[in-house]
Amino acid sequence: MVNLSVNLCGLKLDNPVIPASGCFGYGKEFAEYYDINILGSFSFKGTTLEPRFGNPTPRIAETASGMLNAVGLQNPGVNHVITHELPDMKAYFHKPVIANVSGFSIGEYEKTCALLDAQEQVGIIEVNISCPNVHGGGMAFGVSPESAAAVTKAVKAVTKKPVFIKLSPNVTDIVSIAKACQDAGADGLSLINTLLGMRIDLKTRKPILANTMGGLSGPAVFPVALRMVYQVCKAVSIPIMGMGGVSSARDVIEMMLAGATAVQIGAANLVNPFICKEIIEQLPEEMERLGINSLQEIIGGAHA
Amino acid sequence: MLYQIIENTPIAPGVFLLDLAGDTSMVKAPGQFCQIQIPGFYLRRPISLCDWDENGMTLIYKTVGQGTDALSRMETGDTLDILNGLGNGYDVNACGQRPLVIGGGVGVPPLYALTKALLAAGKTPTVILGFNKEEEIFLMDSFEDLGVPVLLTTVDGSAGQKGFVTGTLPQDYDSFFACGPLPMLKAVYKACGTNGQLSLEERMGCGFGACMGCTVQTKDGPKRVCKEGPVFRKEELAW
Repeated sequence: MVNLSVNLCGLKLDNPVIPASGCFGYGKEFAEYYDINILGSFSFKGTTLEPRFGNPTPRIAETASGMLNAVGLQNPGVNHVITHELPDMKAYFHKPVIANVSGFSIGEYEKTCALLDAQEQVGIIEVNISCPNVHGGGMAFGVSPESAAAVTKAVKAVTKKPVFIKLSPNVTDIVSIAKACQDAGADGLSLINTLLGMRIDLKTRKPILANTMGGLSGPAVFPVALRMVYQVCKAVSIPIMGMGGVSSARDVIEMMLAGATAVQIGAANLVNPFICKEIIEQLPEEMERLGINSLQEIIGGAHA
Repeated sequence: MLYQIIENTPIAPGVFLLDLAGDTSMVKAPGQFCQIQIPGFYLRRPISLCDWDENGMTLIYKTVGQGTDALSRMETGDTLDILNGLGNGYDVNACGQRPLVIGGGVGVPPLYALTKALLAAGKTPTVILGFNKEEEIFLMDSFEDLGVPVLLTTVDGSAGQKGFVTGTLPQDYDSFFACGPLPMLKAVYKACGTNGQLSLEERMGCGFGACMGCTVQTKDGPKRVCKEGPVFRKEELAW
């Protein structure tokens, strides 16, 4: 019998499979397809202090082996999440959930994180300093070690739960930013967010996305994500949630070998709503084939 | 869910009729759509159901890009992975006794199952179909075979009344259903004084409410075209 469980900052997960923020809503739509309690956890839709409509449509464009999105952090705001989404979630998800937070100022990150830290259902706070689709916010904090550290420090001061900082790949040196977050007290790191990209409609000669640019995700970004997880793992001692194009049990194992303690699945959920269930079911078979007894033991295995 | 292609044939320039065999137990209302995984493409393609029964369903789609183009080249016997029964669909009980059913171009197909459902619910619908020109007309005979009045308009006047669907509205109706391009929907919204249900179209990511890719602003706040829609009550729309 193989062992799928992993320990993420003291949180014992039945398996490392975690749907990524923005690709799983609050889990409700997926709970209509399967019992989502089989997941390790999930990271809910990025939450801001105030409600946000997000960007105009089109917000989605297809790419080779992937997609672009420029949703722009549509969410009902932290108060609505606490008074409606989290209570609703109790009916269909019974494990600690990951609260994904975004903001436009350090004060806003502090307030939103403090409010979510007080929620019993929240097991981990994931601070998104890397949203590429919102002007003047999100990614602005993730592009320099100094500002990333400043957000980390501020959030850590108002929270008791483990804080993961979600990093942007759209930077010159992700390792220096990862180190700065660790030094500022981050309990873990999530990487990568989407890669900034665009498409142009050949008939109209205009960008497809109303926001012009958007975040690339899907299998196309997997090798980039894997490389960054590998590099960051080498440089820090805090746990990593690895993500970016993961679409199969084999991808999960590969991401863990690169250094991920848990693995988030994003775009693949949008194409196949059953993908996380299928990956969890395929993992034991894949582990046996590869001679892996315990997933916890393979974390960072490629660094020998 | 896998579906087998029974037939995939052109019925007008660039417009194909796709007959599929497979499970339709999840389909609840006319106006719902399905998401087709086309081999070689990452995102699924949303296509509304034209008709269905317990053995399968009929879709009518237009080739608008590389994905639907590839779909049009698939053959009888090929299988397709499809997420079915998506969206809310039309509510045939939330209308008057004499509804108008108004369709334009590739917005016409879902109105076929809708008209059948309206007849089954004891209503007396009048159908108005709009196309650009005569050679683009499809499904007209099928509507006439249902025994309902069908008014036809073409933009260039090559068949039926010249002009747009709003130019041929009868006097006597008490509600409406519409599906078609956005300018047509907005014109119908303005021209029809009664209650109505309109089906919107938007570029989608997932098609089942997860990605927030297709959100529209309504009078009741942001709504997902794929989940709370694609059919919206006239009163909801902030036009």
